[in-house]
Amino acid sequence: MTRVFVTVGTTKFDELIENVISEENVKVLIDRGYTELTLQVGHGSHLPSPGSCSGLKMDAFRFKDSISDDMKQADLVISHAGAGSCLEALGAQKALLVVVNDKLMDNHQLELARQLHSNSHLLYCTCSTLTETLKTMDFSTLMPFLPGQPQNFAKFLDKALGIA
Amino acid sequence: MELQTLLLGVLSGCSLIILCFLVRLFVVLREGPECKPGAKGPVCILVVAGSGGHTTEILRLVGSLSQSYRPRHYAIADTDQMSEDKIRTFESSHGDALKEHQYTIHRIPRSREVRQSWSSSVVSTLYALLYSVPLVFRLRPDVVLCNGPGTCVPLCAAGLLLGMLGLKRVVLVYVESICRVENLSLSGKILYHLADYFFVQWTSLKDKYPKAIYMGRIV
Repeated sequence: MTRVFVTVGTTKFDELIENVISEENVKVLIDRGYTELTLQVGHGSHLPSPGSCSGLKMDAFRFKDSISDDMKQADLVISHAGAGSCLEALGAQKALLVVVNDKLMDNHQLELARQLHSNSHLLYCTCSTLTETLKTMDFSTLMPFLPGQPQNFAKFLDKALGIA
Repeated sequence: MELQTLLLGVLSGCSLIILCFLVRLFVVLREGPECKPGAKGPVCILVVAGSGGHTTEILRLVGSLSQSYRPRHYAIADTDQMSEDKIRTFESSHGDALKEHQYTIHRIPRSREVRQSWSSSVVSTLYALLYSVPLVFRLRPDVVLCNGPGTCVPLCAAGLLLGMLGLKRVVLVYVESICRVENLSLSGKILYHLADYFFVQWTSLKDKYPKAIYMGRIV
């Protein structure tokens, strides 16, 4: 089974959800070999009913205590540009496609997604280019996202504070 | 005429107090690098946990610290149950099993909600200061560690006040969130001038803020 997990975090991003489950994009996903689609729609105005995408096993929910299982089981994560969602997906070493909500201007959360994109850790598009991106996306060119090094911070602080 | 003299007296008195205050602040800020609380034994640390992502990030940092950092006190916003749960889970898996109760959690009013306006932020920050000063004076931490939630500004200010009064030199450690790539957060902009050790996690910020410490991604 090849799973896609779509997440919008604690926001609402109806345009993304509607786009992903549009007939056209469902067809592209099937063509690319995906068989299951899970949607986390947050505060979105519409909770799609399960099984409404023909050809794909689809499930949808608003929130869960933890989405880490959904992340782990996914082969592709499609996410809003939120820092928390991006870091969680990359931390789980998942192929990540970030869809930017271009109706949200000047959101500092975009900074991180943009930077991670220019460092080749994720793919990046908008709702209007989603179909094209799904058709052509190639994750093999991306760089792995290595975990941060808090031990360097600890070493520095020990020295600065005189801890032997 | 008499009123004028009186006013002049009051004004110059106030200026003198402010001047003393600034001189003292300058002196306290300069002695930061010489402050080595770890040389005398365990380091008492006050960790300011924000909400959501901030808390996850700061717990990664705390998780890298040795058992020399104890006791650990956590300050969280009073409306933030999720952070409390995260901290308790973290402490039960990382804390030294033999030395239980080496941590405490304290709640203070949130000084700034997301998207709150500047002017009302000032009022609520002052309100948070009312809670922060007694807390910090009671805990007397050696170190305050924070990473950007609004709550950390009044707590750091209270820490500085301890130093300025000569009661205890509190070392302020600030780690800007990984989410900040191009610009510092509001707390970061303020604490850049006050923190003893100020970390950023992207080179673009290091270029803009040369006093900052950059050692790659540390969360």
